[in-house]
Amino acid sequence: MRVAVLKGGSSLERQVSLRSAARVEDALASLGHEVAPIDADSDLVRSLKELRPDVAFIALHGPGGEDGTPQELLEILGVPYTGPGVAACIRCMDKVLAKHLLREAGVPTPDWVAFNSTAFRELGAADALEEIEARLGYPLVVKPAAQGSSLGVRFAASRDGVPEALVSALSYDDRVLLERHVPGRELAVSVLDGDPLPIVEARPKEEDRFNYEARYEIGRTEYLCPADLADDVAADVRDAASRTYSALGCTGFARVDLMLDTDGRPDVLEANAIPGLTDTSLFPMAADAAGIGFEELVSRIIELAVERRGAAEASRT
Amino acid sequence: MPEPQDRPPEPSPPTSPAHRRSHQTARDLERYAGLFAQRTRVMRSSAMRDLMAITARPDVISLAGGLPDTSTFPPATFAAQMTRIAQESAAEALQYGPTEGFDETKAAVRMVMEAEGMSPEPEDIIVTTGGQQALDLIAKTLVDPGDVVVCEAPTYPGAVPVFCSYEAETHQVPMDDDGMRVDQLEELCERLASEGRKPKFIYSVPSFQNPAGVTLSLERRRRLVELARMREILVVEDNPYGLLRYEGEPQAPLYQLDGGDYVIYVGTLSKILSPGIRIGWAVAPPPVMEKIALGKQATDLCTSTLSQYFALEYFGEGRWRDYIGSLREIYRSRRDAMLEALDRHFPPQATWTRPHGGLFVWATLPDYIDTSDLLAKALRENVAFVPGAAAYVDGRRGSNSMRLNFSASTADEIREGVRRIGAVLSEQVQLYETITSEHRLPQPAQREPSGDVVPFRAPRGEA
Repeated sequence: MRVAVLKGGSSLERQVSLRSAARVEDALASLGHEVAPIDADSDLVRSLKELRPDVAFIALHGPGGEDGTPQELLEILGVPYTGPGVAACIRCMDKVLAKHLLREAGVPTPDWVAFNSTAFRELGAADALEEIEARLGYPLVVKPAAQGSSLGVRFAASRDGVPEALVSALSYDDRVLLERHVPGRELAVSVLDGDPLPIVEARPKEEDRFNYEARYEIGRTEYLCPADLADDVAADVRDAASRTYSALGCTGFARVDLMLDTDGRPDVLEANAIPGLTDTSLFPMAADAAGIGFEELVSRIIELAVERRGAAEASRT
Repeated sequence: MPEPQDRPPEPSPPTSPAHRRSHQTARDLERYAGLFAQRTRVMRSSAMRDLMAITARPDVISLAGGLPDTSTFPPATFAAQMTRIAQESAAEALQYGPTEGFDETKAAVRMVMEAEGMSPEPEDIIVTTGGQQALDLIAKTLVDPGDVVVCEAPTYPGAVPVFCSYEAETHQVPMDDDGMRVDQLEELCERLASEGRKPKFIYSVPSFQNPAGVTLSLERRRRLVELARMREILVVEDNPYGLLRYEGEPQAPLYQLDGGDYVIYVGTLSKILSPGIRIGWAVAPPPVMEKIALGKQATDLCTSTLSQYFALEYFGEGRWRDYIGSLREIYRSRRDAMLEALDRHFPPQATWTRPHGGLFVWATLPDYIDTSDLLAKALRENVAFVPGAAAYVDGRRGSNSMRLNFSASTADEIREGVRRIGAVLSEQVQLYETITSEHRLPQPAQREPSGDVVPFRAPRGEA
């Protein structure tokens, strides 16, 4: 098959995307596919129209890549693509929307409030901070609503830290969420075609917790896969991940990040529509632990993309 | 000095994947992780590199680089020189050369140093692959794991990985508008002495420092040299920009004040001719030089002979002083454009240095602004700078500062770039003030000055 690999783009995660794509391209080539790497720039649509690929492998991360934008364009062009569809991408990328949907579906997610900068600038949202802190407590986590990785994520240990954390998070997105901090273990469950893969536990060094750099560097964060969990706890975690996957309408794959609180209960933080596929990424690590090598994983992802397209066309006729 | 951090790794070209080594699973990488030397653990990571890579997009006005403007070098001169080398010295220029460099290159080095009042012995000079290699060789020669190295706060970002890779315990001494606080350096040395320790060397860029743009005053230069002599500590003087002075009187280099006993001098042609030819040098007392030469032998045998031939042609032509003169004119007007734009577009809560030479302005922002986050916002406006944390060994301090380069962009680009940064900065400052002061949330208590980020709070508008 002729496979276009969409990569790069102008997001802050450009380099991670290039590393994901490099690995995918290798795998596709050894699977015998015709590989056409495309850097996602203003020529993207033209390139796709000229190339007429059988399928597009989306190896883009962050806003502009996993927020439904290239997915929508591929829908228009009628090119099957990997990973979740447009709507699911939109739901995953918007952490606030995702949390509302999770709550409606009864999936546990930490308490939060969300604002855009206008709320602070024009509506005096800062006056509500007292109520917010009463509700969420300290430390609280401040995050940009739409940003991959841990970019812009800040902890505020006390009231003094809140304004600074808000300014940081609002550098990445116009909307931020303040979330109750869940002390516990950091877990990631990759879901492939609805089935949860073995659970990964990330154990960052204390000083590197929520550090963007540490996520992509060997030795800075320790990863355990499968995570050492009691059977019933692991089942709860997998269940929370599966329900997240369905609540957000994911297809193909997604990675669900969650916290396991000190009572052994999962609390879902977010879902990533296009998790990293680099040498040190968690999705391939989990697949590997399930006995699915990287090439096989890429192959499955491609098949799923083509099947989904086929199903969509069948339902239309 | 060259700017390794400013040269983001280009994405690999779309070569046939068949030629690329197949990638490993995370598990394989874990296996390699066990093979890495201890020192790789302290090498600084790639996150900043990832961000800086985005600054290389053509639509981004980058005030992040540390690059001289090589477009000012006449292509015709370049062609003529290379042709002459090809016609007259092809075999020699393509051959190995002596480890310490050609005698003729050393003579050119002396000429450049004499322009700043120094006259080193030729046998004390070693020609290196850029000033960066000189730094690396000096650290390789002097530093055992755990040894103390002292540098300025902030320091040249490219020096950080050097000190880290030799596992030095690096201490940073604050600066003010007169350069390194030598009184605080003395205190540090005293404190170390009370623990029975002593720095292996003190690294300083005394003139138009990278990144701070400030210059060490003559009085402090004298005290620094005296301190080195009294305590028998080596000083590494890195002077890439000495000849790029746009106003004021030249300051005597430390090497000249000291006579070369305790000062190791590092020079480069990168900023006055070309960083691409990778020619720098070190001047050191003979026993140190001997070890440095052995180190260089192990590293790369000799500095590119072809590059040395090119440099010799250039210096032989005799117009190098004129070329530096023209660079000064260009960079002075770009500096002026940057300072004017800063006055106009940066909010009053920001301060910045007013360099008399070199390539950089260092801006200090309110301490609630993290310039790594600000960079993310600035990149959406297609403008880039270097977040200050890059100039700190721990990668954390200096997070409310930024380095702005004025040599690599035109005056118009500089004005537009500074305007855009000013706009995103003002927006964040206003937002913070809205959150803290107009409403009931109290202003966070004023932080204790950490002793590391005190500098450059000179009132705006003062030279």
